[in-house]
Amino acid sequence: MTTQDLLRIEDLRIAFEVQDGLHEVVKGVSLRLQQGRTVALVGESGSGKTVISQAVMGLLPKKGHITGGRILFRDPATPAIETDLATLPREGQAYQALRGGRMGMIFQEPMSSLSPVHTIGDQVEEALTLHRKVQGKEAREATERMFALVGFRDPAWAYERYPFELSGGLRQRAMLAMALICRPALLIADEPTTALDVTIQAQVLAQMKALQQEFGMAILLITHDLGVVANLADEVFVIYQGEIMEAGEAGAIFREPRHPYLKALLNASPHFDMKPGERLVSLRSVEVPRTGKPRSAVPLGQTLLEVRDLEKSYGGGNLALFRKSGATVKAVDGVSFDVASGECFGIVGESGSGKTTVGHLIMRSRRADGGRITFHGPDGPVDVLALGSQALRTFRPNIQMIFQDPVSSLSPRMTVLDILREPMMIQGKLSPSEQRTRAEALMQMVGLDPRFLNRYPHSFSGGQRQRIGIARALALEPSMIICDEPVSALDVSVQAQVLNLLKDLQNSLGLTSIFISHNLAVVHYMASRIAVMARGRIVELASRDQLFRNPTHPYTQALLAAVPHADLDRPLDFANLQRVNGSDSARWGEEFRGEGLVLHEIEPGHRVLMRASPVVAPMKEAVDA
Amino acid sequence: MIKYLLRRIAIMVPTLLVTSILIFTIMRLPPTDYFETYVAELQAQGERADLGRIEFLRKEYGLDQPAVTQYFRWVGGFFKGDFGYSFEYDLPVSAIVGERLGLTILLAFCTILLTWIIAFPIGIYSATHQYSWGDYGLTFVGLLGIAIPHFLLALVMMYFANVWFGLSIGGLMDPKYFNQPMSWEKAQSILAHLWIPVLIIGAGGTGSMIRKIRANLLDELQKQYVVTAKAKGLPPGRALRKYPLRMSLNFFISHIGDILPTLVSGAELTAVVLSLQTTGPLLLRALQSQDMFLAGSFLMFLALLTVIGTLISDIALAFLDPRIRLQGEATK
Repeated sequence: MTTQDLLRIEDLRIAFEVQDGLHEVVKGVSLRLQQGRTVALVGESGSGKTVISQAVMGLLPKKGHITGGRILFRDPATPAIETDLATLPREGQAYQALRGGRMGMIFQEPMSSLSPVHTIGDQVEEALTLHRKVQGKEAREATERMFALVGFRDPAWAYERYPFELSGGLRQRAMLAMALICRPALLIADEPTTALDVTIQAQVLAQMKALQQEFGMAILLITHDLGVVANLADEVFVIYQGEIMEAGEAGAIFREPRHPYLKALLNASPHFDMKPGERLVSLRSVEVPRTGKPRSAVPLGQTLLEVRDLEKSYGGGNLALFRKSGATVKAVDGVSFDVASGECFGIVGESGSGKTTVGHLIMRSRRADGGRITFHGPDGPVDVLALGSQALRTFRPNIQMIFQDPVSSLSPRMTVLDILREPMMIQGKLSPSEQRTRAEALMQMVGLDPRFLNRYPHSFSGGQRQRIGIARALALEPSMIICDEPVSALDVSVQAQVLNLLKDLQNSLGLTSIFISHNLAVVHYMASRIAVMARGRIVELASRDQLFRNPTHPYTQALLAAVPHADLDRPLDFANLQRVNGSDSARWGEEFRGEGLVLHEIEPGHRVLMRASPVVAPMKEAVDA
Repeated sequence: MIKYLLRRIAIMVPTLLVTSILIFTIMRLPPTDYFETYVAELQAQGERADLGRIEFLRKEYGLDQPAVTQYFRWVGGFFKGDFGYSFEYDLPVSAIVGERLGLTILLAFCTILLTWIIAFPIGIYSATHQYSWGDYGLTFVGLLGIAIPHFLLALVMMYFANVWFGLSIGGLMDPKYFNQPMSWEKAQSILAHLWIPVLIIGAGGTGSMIRKIRANLLDELQKQYVVTAKAKGLPPGRALRKYPLRMSLNFFISHIGDILPTLVSGAELTAVVLSLQTTGPLLLRALQSQDMFLAGSFLMFLALLTVIGTLISDIALAFLDPRIRLQGEATK
């Protein structure tokens, strides 16, 4: 090996000041990174992976201290000099010249990482003028060239934009431009695509890879997503509670994982090859007593919820101060589907596809502009949208919701007991002592110790909080629950636990559920029938097997193609991804665009939104089938 | 932008209308009016009131007419520059407020300037050196400023100024210059008197302003974009000035809306104690004696200032913050 290490971390120890002394979060980590290579640091939240990246950049919080070890950085431009970043003064000029100049960094959340009141041109150019002696027009040209490199189609336009005027993917590209404009030797990417939609994620990853080849820089990739790792990394370091568990070339890591933690991590992520009935193996599984007997308002298999031509538009009012015209956005546009009793119906789509709004409309937390929702309860059909406020209140227990963010969906000022009792109190059900008994039963049902009832939400972990949220949704014995991205805020290991819990509860309680998610693998694991939404419409509706065997709509295909697999043999097709933009309907085939589209049945139970005159090919398939 | 301005101005009209109705209703709520109180007062002192003259004044100012008519006469007068007549001073309202208003604004302007000049650097220091001894010390001083009532501080200063220096620090100028045309001597006299009330009134404002700047800036310093700024290699000072400080300015700008009305009505008690020739004591007296036109027009004026202040801060915010300016058109 001729190349010297660009970055070598030796026995790094980092501790944070806590009330009684120091708490060590990184316990002797060593890793190395060579020029032009990508090293992935993989771990759950709290594993110390972000802290390591902060230590390299000299951006540790004030309370964080490097207590031991070395961080050696050898700039390929000046290969004779090796700097120990661990001893370099963090606010010193030498470090400032490195930061942004020789080492760039991008972060998880591109919206909050950019200043909202400065144009991205201003912010990116600043990084350039800080480290290079360029000014004015020349600097602006260089900035615009960089914008073009990271994939902005109109760099001059991009220069003048504020971050909130851009989509998430473009914001992350702007961040990338900022990190790379001085052509650093090292790029640290801290969960660079976690907050992005799957098609956008694929594009940004492709962009990173292309730029790496062009600039010859090294990338330190920090992520929990093994799919991203498989597609980008040459070398992988798996970190758990501040210690490296396993390290090696990506090939070895994925083909022959040795450490039990890594194996567990691989088994805990849902993937498309799972057989029906196969269970995820959770790292920390919870035992759920299976005492409940299947109970359902209507016989299993019969239609429980009927949604027809649901419509909802936003905007149009002149409430926004400077709105020029009353442009409306159709968030939900003629959505129809049925949910059978006992099934799990999945809705997949990217942000802005209207999937969450559908959930809200069914819950009646927002008012629909048009359409009909019929709930076939035990007392006959109910027209959900027509319910008056009193009738709505008595109807509410039938459908309950589980939310995405387990932190903000639980009041920090209420004990778990109060949280679980609240729905029963609102509905005036049961006496206080019976409510308590019920709350205890609910806790057991979700695998939590009933003795925790008097605690507050902050003393629980993310996964436990989400289970409290599930218990609350079950408090009123609903016939249907709507799960809106219930695991997207959770780590892989915890995600498996919550998904398994939901699955078990569905089986033991005979629950019907609508599972809304942007994650195809998760929906694949949970749902038996799946609707794919784009721009407020259902573009494809099929059983799970049909959808994954024969994805027909170009949007579905784009979504599937963009999912990074934790499998080296199924790499993302980066060359293709750059061209295809999933939700950009102009790139869809002729038969999927324009007016007069209907959900056309191409095989029994498999419908695709396309032109009324059926296209021959899929039709034939349907006949054959 | 023009359309936005016009709409904002159009919204001001109903706001002011409702305010005027409220003010008028409240002014008329007491079962007696100024004249009845006045007559009762005279009789209590054993004097005879000139009932004929009072009856004449009542007619003249329409107090015998139904409330609705009175209201429209009062509001209608505003458009003709007639703000009503003060019964107590026997003068038109505009003549009484006259010079006092100018002095009030001068005093308030100086106070605000002083507040900002002192509070800004201290607030920034406190936020960037959180939980340091400097932060604790300055916070303590600021809290003292908030905790001590203005009028008490005024009394204490008056006492010590008298005991130690033999000075009388009341008033905004030597009384002989009041209501006299402006002259060099008068201006000197004003300046010589001005600094004491500015200091006293400013003390509390500075304290709370320090706290607000500190809290706002601390919030901003937590934000991810500050880390981004550091990650590109900005020196800490420049990073602070360009990003978090700029963001915390929003709070200042929206503060302008509150400042205008306090300009005129603020610190009445201090003004009374120090016998400043500002509008505060005037309003207080007018409310006590049910001098309804003086008090009512004055309150109306405050309402107008509030609305204008809000408008100014909204426009300034729109200029400063692209999110407000452009959000409605954002394509995302």
